[in-house]
Amino acid sequence: MAELLKLEVVTPEQYVISEDVEIVMAPGTLGEFGVLSGHTPFLTSLKPGRINYKDSTGKEKIIFVSGGFSEALPDRVTVLAESAERRRDIDLDRARAALERAQKRLAQEKSDNISFERAKIAMYRAIERIKIAETRGL
Amino acid sequence: MATLKEVQSKITSVKKTKQITKAMNMVATSRLRGAQTAMEAFRPYAEKFSEVLGNIADKAGDDASPLLTPREEVNKVNIVLMTSDRGLCGGFNFNLIEAAEKLMKEKLSQGIDVSFTNFGKKGRDWCRNNKVQITREYLGVVGGKFGFNVASTSGQELIDGFLDGSFDEVYVILANFQGMAAQPPVVKQLLPIPIIETADAEIDDDTSYIAEHIIEPSPDELLNEMLPKNIFIQIYNGLLETSTSEHAARMKAMDNATKACNDMIENLTLAYNKARQAAITMELMDIIGGAEALKG
Repeated sequence: MAELLKLEVVTPEQYVISEDVEIVMAPGTLGEFGVLSGHTPFLTSLKPGRINYKDSTGKEKIIFVSGGFSEALPDRVTVLAESAERRRDIDLDRARAALERAQKRLAQEKSDNISFERAKIAMYRAIERIKIAETRGL
Repeated sequence: MATLKEVQSKITSVKKTKQITKAMNMVATSRLRGAQTAMEAFRPYAEKFSEVLGNIADKAGDDASPLLTPREEVNKVNIVLMTSDRGLCGGFNFNLIEAAEKLMKEKLSQGIDVSFTNFGKKGRDWCRNNKVQITREYLGVVGGKFGFNVASTSGQELIDGFLDGSFDEVYVILANFQGMAAQPPVVKQLLPIPIIETADAEIDDDTSYIAEHIIEPSPDELLNEMLPKNIFIQIYNGLLETSTSEHAARMKAMDNATKACNDMIENLTLAYNKARQAAITMELMDIIGGAEALKG
């Protein structure tokens, strides 16, 4: 069995998870990256997206992160996100409403506007949440 | 001398007040517990964040972000004033507002324009009464349940204001929760961001690995992403501390009020007994006087 590393996902409001895992895949700004035990020290910002990991029993799990930072060390990965949810905790209705709102805003704003950019990010977050939530029970 | 009936009705009214203050005390106690839990939940994030930020700030260039650069000429200042929405919490709001007033006068005397961002009704009302300009107000946040998004929305507005030149400096006034007995007001500079302390407080072999970190996209870019979040974190932290302090202050104030009610009830009961005794004595005198008269 592969050596384990500790995955911690922290938001300002709560500790989302803290457990021993085999592998972590996370959405870095410059591309997705994977971390196994013994990884070289690494610090990156994250895009909104999903963190995939395999827990100590080899079960695959998914967490949504809204962007933030991740620090990988040989024995642990820490993710600091503004919000993060386990797949089963995602509020699908809320995500759908957020998607609708973001789309409306995108239709109104001009594309060089800063709130256009924000709406785009909000839309991306909502889509990602919905995508993850829809894999529930598969 | 007050009549029996008057004293009696006074006792009843004080007893009712006591019930209210006691209930408010209990509500504040349970809310305090909630606020403290939220503060504890936030700590791991804040600690890790400042550790990483300190390391990054060390590596990035000095002029990596406009948020770090002080303005040569300061003409406009925004003060973020955090107070509670509701009263009955002793000198809590008064202390915060006093700190705000002091800062405002200091800035005005230097010929600097001052505007306010208000969290909490009490501070807002004070600004209105004094005809101070309010750029934004957020009610129903302090003392209640709120998420990080409140801090990030309001923080983003402040950053936008700073970048487009609406303000040259931003300060925040919050209540620092030091424990049940002390919640002094604190003034902090939010923007431009004061020099970030690098995390070399704990120099052991744990920090040496930081030097070898691979950083993506680059230290400067990462810092640029982290700095706004640092502002949000400070606002969120301020809101948490002010909320916790509000409940602690209210608990204390209501506890004092309940005690004062007890004292009053005791004094009034004494007065009531005295009056009753006096009435009985009078009646006895009447009876005895009557009996004596009959004897002839």
